[in-house]
Amino acid sequence: MNIHAIAAIYRFEMARTGRTLLQSIVAPVVSTSLYFVVFGSAIGSHMNEIAGVSYGAFIVPGLIMLGLLTQSISNASFGIYFPRFVGTIYELLSAPVSPLETVIAYVGAAATKSTMLALITLATAAFFVDLRIDHPFWMIGFMLLTAITFSLFGFIIGIWADNFEKLQLIPLLIVTPLTFLGGSFYSIDMLPPFWRTVTLFNPVVYLVSGFRWSFFGASDIHVGVSLGMTLAFMLACMAIVFWIFRTGYRLKR
Amino acid sequence: MLSIRNLSKTYASGFSALKDVSLDIAPGEIFALLGPNGAGKTTLISIVCGLVRPTGGSATIGGHDILHDYRAARALVGLVPQELTTDAFETVFATVSFSRGLFGKPRDPARIEQILRDLSLWDKKDNKIITLSGGMKRRVLIAKALSHEPRMLFLDEPTAGVDVELRHDMWRVVRGLRDKGVTIILTTHYLEEAEEMADRIGVIQRGELILVEEKRALMQKLGRKHLILELAEPVAAVPPALAAFGLERSEDGTTLTFAYDGGPSRVGDLLRELPAAGVQVRDLKTEESSLEDIFVGLVRGK
Ligand SMILES: Nc1ncnc2c1ncn2[C@@H]1O[C@H](COP(=O)(O)OP(=O)(O)OP(=O)(O)O)[C@@H](O)[C@H]1O
Ligand SMILES: [Mg+2]
Repeated sequence: MNIHAIAAIYRFEMARTGRTLLQSIVAPVVSTSLYFVVFGSAIGSHMNEIAGVSYGAFIVPGLIMLGLLTQSISNASFGIYFPRFVGTIYELLSAPVSPLETVIAYVGAAATKSTMLALITLATAAFFVDLRIDHPFWMIGFMLLTAITFSLFGFIIGIWADNFEKLQLIPLLIVTPLTFLGGSFYSIDMLPPFWRTVTLFNPVVYLVSGFRWSFFGASDIHVGVSLGMTLAFMLACMAIVFWIFRTGYRLKR
Repeated sequence: MLSIRNLSKTYASGFSALKDVSLDIAPGEIFALLGPNGAGKTTLISIVCGLVRPTGGSATIGGHDILHDYRAARALVGLVPQELTTDAFETVFATVSFSRGLFGKPRDPARIEQILRDLSLWDKKDNKIITLSGGMKRRVLIAKALSHEPRMLFLDEPTAGVDVELRHDMWRVVRGLRDKGVTIILTTHYLEEAEEMADRIGVIQRGELILVEEKRALMQKLGRKHLILELAEPVAAVPPALAAFGLERSEDGTTLTFAYDGGPSRVGDLLRELPAAGVQVRDLKTEESSLEDIFVGLVRGK
Protein backbone atom coordinates (compact mmCIF):
# COMPACT_ATOMS: atom_id res chain seq x y z
CA MET A 1 0.00 0.00 0.00
CA ASN A 2 1.44 3.36 -1.01
CA ILE A 3 0.29 5.18 2.13
CA HIS A 4 2.35 8.28 1.33
CA ALA A 5 0.57 8.69 -1.98
CA ILE A 6 -2.86 8.35 -0.39
CA ALA A 7 -1.88 10.93 2.21
CA ALA A 8 -0.46 13.28 -0.43
CA ILE A 9 -3.59 13.20 -2.60
CA TYR A 10 -5.88 13.45 0.42
CA ARG A 11 -3.97 16.44 1.75
CA PHE A 12 -3.94 18.07 -1.67
CA GLU A 13 -7.70 17.70 -2.00
CA MET A 14 -8.35 18.95 1.51
CA ALA A 15 -6.10 21.95 0.85
CA ARG A 16 -8.23 22.72 -2.17
CA THR A 17 -11.25 22.69 0.12
CA GLY A 18 -9.38 24.80 2.64
CA ARG A 19 -8.85 27.54 0.08
CA THR A 20 -12.59 27.93 -0.25
CA LEU A 21 -13.34 27.28 3.41
CA LEU A 22 -15.52 30.30 3.97
CA GLN A 23 -17.65 29.53 0.97
CA SER A 24 -17.79 25.87 1.99
CA ILE A 25 -19.21 26.74 5.39
CA VAL A 26 -21.33 29.73 4.53
CA ALA A 27 -23.15 28.11 1.63
CA PRO A 28 -24.78 25.25 3.58
CA VAL A 29 -25.59 27.51 6.53
CA VAL A 30 -27.34 30.02 4.30
CA SER A 31 -29.21 27.47 2.22
CA THR A 32 -30.30 25.46 5.25
CA SER A 33 -31.57 28.62 6.91
CA LEU A 34 -33.54 29.51 3.79
CA TYR A 35 -35.13 26.08 3.67
CA PHE A 36 -36.22 26.45 7.26
CA VAL A 37 -37.65 29.86 6.71
CA VAL A 38 -39.64 28.68 3.72
CA PHE A 39 -40.49 25.04 4.47
CA GLY A 40 -40.08 24.95 8.24
CA SER A 41 -41.83 28.15 9.26
CA ALA A 42 -43.89 29.53 6.38
CA ILE A 43 -45.25 26.24 5.00
CA GLY A 44 -44.52 23.95 7.91
CA SER A 45 -46.77 25.89 10.26
CA HIS A 46 -49.72 24.83 8.10
CA MET A 47 -48.66 21.19 7.94
CA ASN A 48 -49.69 18.38 10.23
CA GLU A 49 -47.20 16.37 12.14
CA ILE A 50 -45.94 13.36 10.24
CA ALA A 51 -45.74 10.20 12.35
CA GLY A 52 -45.59 12.33 15.46
CA VAL A 53 -42.77 14.53 14.19
CA SER A 54 -43.21 18.23 13.44
CA TYR A 55 -42.85 19.07 9.76
CA GLY A 56 -39.81 21.26 10.47
CA ALA A 57 -37.99 18.37 12.11
CA PHE A 58 -39.29 15.90 9.53
CA ILE A 59 -37.48 17.60 6.66
CA VAL A 60 -34.11 17.76 8.43
CA PRO A 61 -32.83 14.30 7.40
CA GLY A 62 -33.93 14.87 3.80
CA LEU A 63 -32.28 18.26 3.74
CA ILE A 64 -29.02 16.85 5.02
CA MET A 65 -29.18 14.04 2.46
CA LEU A 66 -29.79 16.55 -0.31
CA GLY A 67 -26.62 18.43 0.60
CA LEU A 68 -24.65 15.26 1.22
CA LEU A 69 -25.50 13.85 -2.20
CA THR A 70 -24.85 16.95 -4.24
CA GLN A 71 -21.67 17.83 -2.35
CA SER A 72 -20.25 14.32 -2.55
CA ILE A 73 -20.85 14.18 -6.27
CA SER A 74 -19.56 17.65 -7.05
CA ASN A 75 -16.45 17.34 -4.86
CA ALA A 76 -15.43 13.95 -6.17
CA SER A 77 -16.25 14.63 -9.81
CA PHE A 78 -14.38 17.93 -9.80
CA GLY A 79 -11.45 16.47 -7.87
CA ILE A 80 -10.64 13.93 -10.58
CA TYR A 81 -11.96 15.85 -13.59
CA PHE A 82 -9.85 18.94 -13.03
CA PRO A 83 -6.42 17.25 -13.26
CA ARG A 84 -7.65 15.52 -16.42
CA PHE A 85 -8.75 18.86 -17.80
CA VAL A 86 -5.51 20.76 -17.11
CA GLY A 87 -3.26 17.76 -17.75
CA THR A 88 -1.73 17.36 -14.30
CA ILE A 89 -3.18 13.85 -14.25
CA TYR A 90 0.05 12.81 -16.00
CA GLU A 91 1.76 12.75 -12.65
CA LEU A 92 -0.77 10.44 -11.06
CA LEU A 93 -0.64 8.10 -14.05
CA SER A 94 3.15 7.96 -13.94
CA ALA A 95 3.30 7.37 -10.18
CA PRO A 96 3.46 4.00 -8.44
CA VAL A 97 -0.11 4.37 -7.22
CA SER A 98 -2.67 1.61 -7.60
CA PRO A 99 -6.28 2.23 -8.66
CA LEU A 100 -7.46 1.31 -5.18
CA GLU A 101 -5.15 3.89 -3.60
CA THR A 102 -6.30 6.53 -6.06
CA VAL A 103 -9.93 5.86 -5.25
CA ILE A 104 -9.37 5.77 -1.49
CA ALA A 105 -7.63 9.15 -1.62
CA TYR A 106 -10.00 11.03 -3.93
CA VAL A 107 -13.20 9.48 -2.65
CA GLY A 108 -12.01 9.73 0.95
CA ALA A 109 -11.31 13.44 0.60
CA ALA A 110 -14.62 14.15 -1.13
CA ALA A 111 -16.54 12.14 1.45
CA THR A 112 -14.76 13.89 4.30
CA LYS A 113 -15.72 17.29 2.97
CA SER A 114 -19.34 16.43 2.29
CA THR A 115 -19.69 14.81 5.73
CA MET A 116 -18.33 17.96 7.33
CA LEU A 117 -20.87 19.99 5.43
CA ALA A 118 -23.63 17.61 6.47
CA LEU A 119 -22.68 18.09 10.10
CA ILE A 120 -22.72 21.87 9.63
CA THR A 121 -26.19 21.58 8.10
CA LEU A 122 -27.30 19.46 11.04
CA ALA A 123 -25.97 22.03 13.51
CA THR A 124 -27.72 24.84 11.63
CA ALA A 125 -30.98 22.89 11.60
CA ALA A 126 -30.74 22.40 15.36
CA PHE A 127 -31.06 26.19 15.70
CA PHE A 128 -34.46 26.16 14.03
CA VAL A 129 -36.15 23.03 15.31
CA ASP A 130 -36.07 20.65 18.22
CA LEU A 131 -34.26 17.62 16.95
CA ARG A 132 -34.02 14.23 18.43
CA ILE A 133 -31.67 11.57 17.17
CA ASP A 134 -32.76 8.12 18.29
CA HIS A 135 -29.89 6.19 16.73
CA PRO A 136 -26.83 8.48 16.54
CA PHE A 137 -24.47 5.69 15.44
CA TRP A 138 -26.74 4.67 12.62
CA MET A 139 -27.15 8.32 11.74
CA ILE A 140 -23.39 8.73 11.35
CA GLY A 141 -23.25 5.36 9.64
CA PHE A 142 -25.81 6.31 7.00
CA MET A 143 -24.11 9.64 6.56
CA LEU A 144 -20.71 8.08 5.90
CA LEU A 145 -22.11 5.34 3.72
CA THR A 146 -23.97 7.87 1.59
CA ALA A 147 -20.98 10.19 1.41
CA ILE A 148 -18.71 7.38 0.25
CA THR A 149 -21.22 5.93 -2.19
CA PHE A 150 -21.97 9.22 -3.89
CA SER A 151 -18.36 10.29 -3.89
CA LEU A 152 -17.69 7.08 -5.81
CA PHE A 153 -20.52 8.02 -8.12
CA GLY A 154 -19.05 11.50 -8.52
CA PHE A 155 -15.63 9.99 -9.24
CA ILE A 156 -17.18 8.01 -12.07
CA ILE A 157 -18.81 11.14 -13.48
CA GLY A 158 -15.51 13.01 -13.22
CA ILE A 159 -13.84 10.32 -15.32
CA TRP A 160 -16.67 9.98 -17.80
CA ALA A 161 -17.12 13.72 -18.40
CA ASP A 162 -15.02 15.21 -21.17
CA ASN A 163 -16.22 18.77 -20.73
CA PHE A 164 -17.53 20.94 -17.94
CA GLU A 165 -21.06 20.73 -19.23
CA LYS A 166 -21.21 16.98 -18.82
CA LEU A 167 -19.73 17.39 -15.37
CA GLN A 168 -22.81 19.40 -14.36
CA LEU A 169 -25.27 17.45 -16.44
CA ILE A 170 -25.87 14.34 -14.33
CA PRO A 171 -26.09 16.15 -11.00
CA LEU A 172 -28.48 18.65 -12.54
CA LEU A 173 -30.67 16.37 -14.64
CA ILE A 174 -30.73 13.24 -12.56
CA VAL A 175 -29.55 13.69 -9.01
CA THR A 176 -31.39 16.87 -8.06
CA PRO A 177 -34.78 15.64 -9.35
CA LEU A 178 -34.28 12.27 -7.68
CA THR A 179 -33.52 13.91 -4.36
CA PHE A 180 -36.47 16.27 -4.54
CA LEU A 181 -38.75 13.38 -5.50
CA GLY A 182 -37.07 11.09 -3.00
CA GLY A 183 -39.22 11.96 -0.04
CA SER A 184 -36.97 14.67 1.34
CA PHE A 185 -39.87 16.98 2.01
CA TYR A 186 -42.75 14.54 2.34
CA SER A 187 -43.51 11.02 3.43
CA ILE A 188 -44.06 8.71 0.49
CA ASP A 189 -47.17 7.51 2.31
CA MET A 190 -48.68 10.85 1.31
CA LEU A 191 -48.54 9.82 -2.36
CA PRO A 192 -51.25 8.02 -4.31
CA PRO A 193 -50.49 4.27 -4.61
CA PHE A 194 -49.33 4.46 -8.23
CA TRP A 195 -46.76 7.14 -7.56
CA ARG A 196 -45.67 5.41 -4.39
CA THR A 197 -44.73 2.38 -6.50
CA VAL A 198 -42.88 4.55 -9.01
CA THR A 199 -41.00 6.20 -6.19
CA LEU A 200 -39.65 2.85 -5.05
CA PHE A 201 -37.43 2.84 -8.15
CA ASN A 202 -35.73 5.95 -6.88
CA PRO A 203 -32.62 4.95 -4.91
CA VAL A 204 -32.68 8.23 -2.99
CA VAL A 205 -35.92 7.19 -1.31
CA TYR A 206 -34.06 4.43 0.48
CA LEU A 207 -31.29 6.74 1.62
CA VAL A 208 -33.63 9.38 2.97
CA SER A 209 -35.89 6.82 4.58
CA GLY A 210 -33.07 5.00 6.32
CA PHE A 211 -31.51 8.24 7.43
CA ARG A 212 -34.82 9.50 8.76
CA TRP A 213 -35.25 6.29 10.72
CA SER A 214 -31.96 6.99 12.51
CA PHE A 215 -33.45 10.27 13.72
CA PHE A 216 -37.02 9.42 14.58
CA GLY A 217 -37.08 5.64 14.79
CA ALA A 218 -39.82 5.46 12.15
CA SER A 219 -39.62 5.30 8.37
CA ASP A 220 -41.54 4.67 5.16
CA ILE A 221 -39.41 1.68 4.30
CA HIS A 222 -37.87 -0.90 6.57
CA VAL A 223 -34.40 0.22 7.60
CA GLY A 224 -32.85 -3.08 6.56
CA VAL A 225 -34.10 -2.56 3.02
CA SER A 226 -32.68 0.98 3.04
CA LEU A 227 -29.31 -0.26 4.17
CA GLY A 228 -29.32 -3.05 1.62
CA MET A 229 -30.15 -0.74 -1.26
CA THR A 230 -27.49 1.77 -0.25
CA LEU A 231 -24.88 -0.98 -0.05
CA ALA A 232 -26.00 -2.35 -3.40
CA PHE A 233 -25.55 1.05 -5.02
CA MET A 234 -22.13 1.37 -3.44
CA LEU A 235 -21.08 -2.02 -4.79
CA ALA A 236 -22.33 -1.07 -8.25
CA CYS A 237 -20.24 2.11 -8.19
CA MET A 238 -17.20 0.16 -7.01
CA ALA A 239 -17.63 -2.32 -9.84
CA ILE A 240 -17.72 0.50 -12.39
CA VAL A 241 -14.63 2.14 -10.90
CA PHE A 242 -12.82 -1.18 -11.03
CA TRP A 243 -13.77 -1.57 -14.68
CA ILE A 244 -12.56 1.98 -15.45
CA PHE A 245 -9.11 1.27 -14.11
CA ARG A 246 -8.87 -2.15 -15.65
CA THR A 247 -9.57 -0.78 -19.12
CA GLY A 248 -7.88 2.58 -18.65
CA TYR A 249 -11.18 4.12 -19.79
CA ARG A 250 -10.76 7.87 -20.41
CA LEU A 251 -7.59 7.95 -18.33
CA LYS A 252 -5.06 6.54 -20.75
CA ARG A 253 -4.81 6.79 -24.48
CA MET B 1 18.23 0.09 -16.97
CA LEU B 2 15.57 0.47 -19.62
CA SER B 3 14.82 -2.26 -22.07
CA ILE B 4 12.23 -1.77 -24.79
CA ARG B 5 11.15 -4.69 -26.97
CA ASN B 6 9.12 -4.34 -30.18
CA LEU B 7 7.01 -1.57 -28.74
CA SER B 8 4.17 -0.33 -30.95
CA LYS B 9 1.33 2.07 -30.53
CA THR B 10 -1.67 2.55 -32.73
CA TYR B 11 -3.91 5.30 -31.39
CA ALA B 12 -7.67 4.90 -31.29
CA SER B 13 -7.81 7.04 -34.43
CA GLY B 14 -6.03 4.23 -36.24
CA PHE B 15 -2.82 6.24 -36.50
CA SER B 16 0.29 4.18 -36.00
CA ALA B 17 2.58 6.42 -33.93
CA LEU B 18 5.17 3.84 -32.95
CA LYS B 19 6.28 0.87 -34.98
CA ASP B 20 8.14 -2.02 -33.45
CA VAL B 21 10.70 -0.02 -31.52
CA SER B 22 13.42 -1.84 -29.58
CA LEU B 23 16.01 -0.03 -27.50
CA ASP B 24 18.30 -0.70 -24.54
CA ILE B 25 19.59 2.01 -22.28
CA ALA B 26 22.44 1.35 -19.87
CA PRO B 27 22.44 2.63 -16.29
CA GLY B 28 23.98 6.08 -15.96
CA GLU B 29 23.69 6.83 -19.64
CA ILE B 30 22.41 10.05 -21.14
CA PHE B 31 20.38 9.21 -24.20
CA ALA B 32 19.03 11.85 -26.56
CA LEU B 33 16.03 11.02 -28.69
CA LEU B 34 15.87 13.19 -31.77
CA GLY B 35 13.20 13.44 -34.39
CA PRO B 36 10.96 15.89 -36.18
CA ASN B 37 7.54 16.94 -34.89
CA GLY B 38 5.16 14.04 -34.69
CA ALA B 39 7.88 11.41 -34.94
CA GLY B 40 6.69 9.56 -31.84
CA LYS B 41 9.12 10.73 -29.16
CA THR B 42 6.48 11.74 -26.66
CA THR B 43 4.49 8.61 -27.43
CA LEU B 44 7.49 6.43 -26.62
CA ILE B 45 8.16 8.21 -23.35
CA SER B 46 4.48 8.20 -22.44
CA ILE B 47 4.24 4.45 -22.85
CA VAL B 48 7.27 3.80 -20.69
CA CYS B 49 5.93 6.15 -18.01
CA GLY B 50 2.43 4.68 -17.99
CA LEU B 51 0.45 7.48 -19.63
CA VAL B 52 -0.28 5.62 -22.83
CA ARG B 53 -1.07 1.94 -23.27
CA PRO B 54 1.12 0.12 -25.76
CA THR B 55 -0.67 -1.88 -28.43
CA GLY B 56 2.27 -4.23 -28.83
CA GLY B 57 5.60 -5.16 -27.30
CA SER B 58 6.92 -4.70 -23.79
CA ALA B 59 9.34 -2.69 -21.71
CA THR B 60 11.15 -3.11 -18.42
CA ILE B 61 12.71 -0.54 -16.14
CA GLY B 62 15.43 -1.85 -13.85
CA GLY B 63 14.15 -5.32 -14.70
CA HIS B 64 10.56 -4.51 -13.73
CA ASP B 65 7.90 -4.84 -16.37
CA ILE B 66 6.09 -1.52 -16.89
CA LEU B 67 2.67 -3.17 -16.91
CA HIS B 68 2.83 -6.16 -14.59
CA ASP B 69 5.24 -4.71 -12.06
CA TYR B 70 4.35 -1.06 -12.53
CA ARG B 71 4.85 -0.11 -8.92
CA ALA B 72 8.51 -1.07 -8.82
CA ALA B 73 9.09 0.22 -12.34
CA ARG B 74 7.51 3.63 -11.85
CA ALA B 75 9.11 4.22 -8.47
CA LEU B 76 12.43 4.42 -10.34
CA VAL B 77 11.28 7.03 -12.84
CA GLY B 78 10.83 10.79 -12.92
CA LEU B 79 9.06 12.45 -15.83
CA VAL B 80 9.23 16.05 -17.00
CA PRO B 81 6.47 16.34 -19.58
CA GLN B 82 6.72 18.35 -22.76
CA GLU B 83 3.78 20.54 -21.93
CA LEU B 84 3.73 22.94 -19.01
CA THR B 85 1.02 21.32 -16.95
CA THR B 86 1.09 22.48 -13.37
CA ASP B 87 -1.34 23.16 -10.62
CA ALA B 88 -2.20 26.81 -10.26
CA PHE B 89 -2.95 27.68 -6.69
CA GLU B 90 -0.54 25.41 -4.90
CA THR B 91 2.75 26.82 -3.68
CA VAL B 92 5.98 25.62 -5.22
CA PHE B 93 7.03 23.88 -2.03
CA ALA B 94 3.68 22.17 -1.60
CA THR B 95 3.51 20.88 -5.15
CA VAL B 96 7.02 19.43 -5.02
CA SER B 97 6.29 17.80 -1.64
CA PHE B 98 3.10 16.39 -3.14
CA SER B 99 5.07 14.69 -5.91
CA ARG B 100 7.41 13.09 -3.41
CA GLY B 101 4.46 11.66 -1.50
CA LEU B 102 2.82 10.42 -4.67
CA PHE B 103 5.89 8.33 -5.39
CA GLY B 104 5.71 6.73 -1.98
CA LYS B 105 8.49 8.58 -0.21
CA PRO B 106 8.09 9.98 3.31
CA ARG B 107 8.25 13.73 3.77
CA ASP B 108 11.71 15.21 3.69
CA PRO B 109 11.71 19.03 3.74
CA ALA B 110 15.51 19.17 3.72
CA ARG B 111 15.65 17.16 0.50
CA ILE B 112 13.01 19.33 -1.12
CA GLU B 113 14.93 22.43 -0.08
CA GLN B 114 18.08 21.07 -1.71
CA ILE B 115 16.24 20.34 -4.95
CA LEU B 116 14.66 23.80 -5.01
CA ARG B 117 18.00 25.44 -4.34
CA ASP B 118 19.67 23.47 -7.14
CA LEU B 119 17.04 24.78 -9.52
CA SER B 120 17.19 28.37 -8.20
CA LEU B 121 13.61 28.06 -6.99
CA TRP B 122 14.16 28.40 -3.27
CA ASP B 123 13.21 32.08 -3.08
CA LYS B 124 9.99 31.20 -4.89
CA LYS B 125 9.05 28.33 -2.61
CA ASP B 126 6.00 30.07 -1.12
CA ASN B 127 4.79 31.54 -4.40
CA LYS B 128 1.69 30.18 -6.03
CA ILE B 129 2.61 28.45 -9.25
CA ILE B 130 0.23 30.58 -11.27
CA THR B 131 2.37 33.63 -10.48
CA LEU B 132 5.53 32.12 -12.01
CA SER B 133 6.90 32.68 -15.49
CA GLY B 134 6.99 29.88 -18.04
CA GLY B 135 10.65 29.14 -17.42
CA MET B 136 10.07 29.01 -13.69
CA LYS B 137 7.18 26.62 -14.19
CA ARG B 138 9.43 24.35 -16.15
CA ARG B 139 11.88 24.36 -13.27
CA VAL B 140 9.00 23.42 -10.98
CA LEU B 141 8.19 20.46 -13.23
CA ILE B 142 11.80 19.35 -13.03
CA ALA B 143 11.80 19.76 -9.25
CA LYS B 144 8.64 17.64 -9.08
CA ALA B 145 10.23 14.93 -11.21
CA LEU B 146 13.33 14.90 -9.00
CA SER B 147 11.46 15.06 -5.70
CA HIS B 148 11.49 11.31 -5.15
CA GLU B 149 15.12 10.80 -6.18
CA PRO B 150 14.44 8.77 -9.33
CA ARG B 151 17.07 6.49 -10.85
CA MET B 152 15.91 7.39 -14.33
CA LEU B 153 14.73 10.74 -15.59
CA PHE B 154 12.74 11.48 -18.74
CA LEU B 155 13.02 15.01 -20.04
CA ASP B 156 10.62 15.63 -22.90
CA GLU B 157 11.96 18.72 -24.64
CA PRO B 158 13.15 20.33 -21.43
CA THR B 159 14.54 23.37 -23.19
CA ALA B 160 11.73 24.19 -25.60
CA GLY B 161 11.00 27.90 -25.23
CA VAL B 162 13.58 28.36 -22.54
CA ASP B 163 16.16 31.12 -22.39
CA VAL B 164 19.89 30.52 -22.66
CA GLU B 165 20.49 30.92 -18.96
CA LEU B 166 17.91 28.35 -17.98
CA ARG B 167 19.13 26.02 -20.68
CA HIS B 168 22.62 26.12 -19.24
CA ASP B 169 21.19 25.70 -15.73
CA MET B 170 19.36 22.68 -16.96
CA TRP B 171 22.45 21.17 -18.51
CA ARG B 172 24.26 21.72 -15.24
CA VAL B 173 21.53 19.94 -13.33
CA VAL B 174 21.53 17.08 -15.82
CA ARG B 175 25.29 16.67 -15.51
CA GLY B 176 24.96 16.69 -11.72
CA LEU B 177 22.40 13.92 -11.97
CA ARG B 178 24.56 11.92 -14.32
CA ASP B 179 27.41 12.18 -11.81
CA LYS B 180 25.07 10.61 -9.26
CA GLY B 181 24.44 7.76 -11.67
CA VAL B 182 20.96 8.79 -12.79
CA THR B 183 20.02 7.53 -16.23
CA ILE B 184 18.65 10.31 -18.42
CA ILE B 185 16.56 10.18 -21.55
CA LEU B 186 15.83 13.47 -23.21
CA THR B 187 14.15 14.53 -26.39
CA THR B 188 15.17 17.67 -28.18
CA HIS B 189 15.11 19.49 -31.44
CA TYR B 190 18.46 21.13 -30.79
CA LEU B 191 21.49 19.36 -32.12
CA GLU B 192 23.57 21.55 -29.84
CA GLU B 193 21.82 20.10 -26.87
CA ALA B 194 22.24 16.51 -27.91
CA GLU B 195 25.85 17.24 -28.71
CA GLU B 196 26.43 18.93 -25.39
CA MET B 197 24.75 16.34 -23.21
CA ALA B 198 24.25 12.95 -24.72
CA ASP B 199 26.36 9.82 -24.69
CA ARG B 200 24.21 8.20 -27.30
CA ILE B 201 21.69 9.48 -29.79
CA GLY B 202 18.65 7.83 -31.28
CA VAL B 203 16.78 9.22 -34.23
CA ILE B 204 13.12 8.46 -34.57
CA GLN B 205 11.13 9.16 -37.69
CA ARG B 206 7.48 8.37 -38.41
CA GLY B 207 7.37 6.01 -35.46
CA GLU B 208 10.47 4.08 -36.40
CA LEU B 209 13.80 4.20 -34.65
CA ILE B 210 15.98 4.65 -37.70
CA LEU B 211 19.31 5.02 -35.98
CA VAL B 212 20.98 4.57 -32.59
CA GLU B 213 24.60 5.52 -32.27
CA GLU B 214 27.31 6.83 -30.00
CA LYS B 215 27.24 10.59 -30.16
CA ARG B 216 30.85 10.94 -31.17
CA ALA B 217 30.51 8.55 -34.06
CA LEU B 218 27.32 10.19 -35.22
CA MET B 219 28.75 13.67 -35.13
CA GLN B 220 31.72 12.58 -37.19
CA LYS B 221 29.56 10.82 -39.66
CA LEU B 222 26.81 13.34 -40.04
CA GLY B 223 27.75 16.66 -38.51
CA ARG B 224 29.11 18.58 -41.47
CA LYS B 225 30.71 21.90 -40.61
CA HIS B 226 31.54 24.81 -42.86
CA LEU B 227 34.28 27.37 -42.40
CA ILE B 228 33.36 30.49 -44.34
CA LEU B 229 36.13 32.89 -45.22
CA GLU B 230 35.09 36.40 -46.12
CA LEU B 231 37.79 37.85 -48.30
CA ALA B 232 39.17 41.40 -48.31
CA GLU B 233 39.54 41.20 -52.10
CA PRO B 234 37.34 39.04 -54.33
CA VAL B 235 39.15 36.22 -56.07
CA ALA B 236 38.49 35.11 -59.61
CA ALA B 237 39.19 31.46 -58.80
CA VAL B 238 40.26 29.26 -55.89
CA PRO B 239 44.05 29.74 -55.62
CA PRO B 240 45.82 26.58 -56.85
CA ALA B 241 47.85 26.43 -53.62
CA LEU B 242 44.61 25.69 -51.75
CA ALA B 243 43.27 23.15 -54.23
CA ALA B 244 43.81 20.25 -51.80
CA PHE B 245 41.15 21.61 -49.44
CA GLY B 246 38.32 21.46 -51.93
CA LEU B 247 37.20 25.01 -51.27
CA GLU B 248 34.09 26.37 -52.82
CA ARG B 249 34.02 29.92 -54.23
CA SER B 250 30.89 32.05 -54.06
CA GLU B 251 29.48 33.56 -57.30
CA ASP B 252 30.91 36.99 -56.65
CA GLY B 253 34.21 35.60 -55.41
CA THR B 254 34.00 37.33 -52.01
CA THR B 255 33.84 34.16 -49.92
CA LEU B 256 35.48 30.77 -49.85
CA THR B 257 33.86 27.89 -48.01
CA PHE B 258 35.65 24.93 -46.52
CA ALA B 259 33.48 21.92 -45.69
CA TYR B 260 34.68 19.40 -43.12
CA ASP B 261 33.13 16.88 -40.80
CA GLY B 262 33.12 16.51 -37.05
CA GLY B 263 36.31 14.49 -36.76
CA PRO B 264 39.92 15.77 -36.61
CA SER B 265 40.00 18.47 -39.23
CA ARG B 266 42.46 20.33 -41.36
CA VAL B 267 41.15 23.77 -40.44
CA GLY B 268 44.50 24.65 -38.85
CA ASP B 269 46.39 23.68 -41.97
CA LEU B 270 44.08 25.74 -44.12
CA LEU B 271 44.44 28.84 -41.98
CA ARG B 272 48.23 28.53 -42.01
CA GLU B 273 48.38 28.27 -45.76
CA LEU B 274 46.11 31.21 -46.51
CA PRO B 275 48.79 33.94 -46.36
CA ALA B 276 51.13 31.94 -48.59
CA ALA B 277 48.33 31.60 -51.13
CA GLY B 278 47.93 35.37 -51.09
CA VAL B 279 44.42 35.32 -49.70
CA GLN B 280 43.48 38.22 -47.41
CA VAL B 281 40.76 37.26 -44.96
CA ARG B 282 38.49 40.04 -43.66
CA ASP B 283 36.39 37.83 -41.40
CA LEU B 284 35.56 34.20 -40.85
CA LYS B 285 32.76 32.18 -39.39
CA THR B 286 31.80 28.56 -39.02
CA GLU B 287 28.44 26.97 -39.60
CA GLU B 288 27.23 23.58 -38.53
CA SER B 289 24.79 21.49 -40.36
CA SER B 290 21.47 21.74 -38.58
CA LEU B 291 19.56 18.84 -37.20
CA GLU B 292 17.18 19.24 -40.11
CA ASP B 293 20.07 18.72 -42.51
CA ILE B 294 20.95 15.57 -40.65
CA PHE B 295 17.39 14.33 -40.83
CA VAL B 296 17.23 15.06 -44.50
CA GLY B 297 20.53 13.28 -44.98
CA LEU B 298 19.36 10.30 -43.01
CA VAL B 299 16.04 9.97 -44.70
CA ARG B 300 17.61 10.27 -48.14
CA GLY B 301 20.17 7.68 -47.17
CA LYS B 302 17.40 5.20 -46.41
N1 LIG C 1 -4.06 10.78 -28.61
C1 LIG C 1 -3.68 10.69 -29.87
N2 LIG C 1 -4.53 10.23 -30.80
C2 LIG C 1 -4.15 10.12 -32.08
N3 LIG C 1 -2.94 10.44 -32.55
C3 LIG C 1 -2.05 10.89 -31.67
C4 LIG C 1 -2.36 11.05 -30.29
N4 LIG C 1 -1.27 11.52 -29.65
C5 LIG C 1 -0.33 11.67 -30.60
N5 LIG C 1 -0.77 11.29 -31.81
C6 LIG C 1 -0.02 11.29 -33.07
O1 LIG C 1 1.10 10.46 -32.92
C7 LIG C 1 2.22 11.01 -33.59
C8 LIG C 1 3.39 11.08 -32.66
O2 LIG C 1 3.14 12.06 -31.68
P1 LIG C 1 4.21 12.42 -30.57
O3 LIG C 1 3.59 13.38 -29.66
O4 LIG C 1 4.73 11.16 -29.98
O5 LIG C 1 5.35 13.12 -31.44
P2 LIG C 1 6.68 13.82 -30.95
O6 LIG C 1 7.80 13.10 -31.60
O7 LIG C 1 6.71 13.93 -29.48
O8 LIG C 1 6.52 15.25 -31.61
P3 LIG C 1 6.96 16.70 -31.10
O9 LIG C 1 8.37 16.89 -31.47
O10 LIG C 1 6.06 17.61 -31.85
O11 LIG C 1 6.72 16.74 -29.62
C9 LIG C 1 1.76 12.36 -34.13
O12 LIG C 1 1.50 12.22 -35.50
C10 LIG C 1 0.50 12.67 -33.38
O13 LIG C 1 -0.38 13.39 -34.18
MG1 LIG D 1 6.72 15.43 -28.18
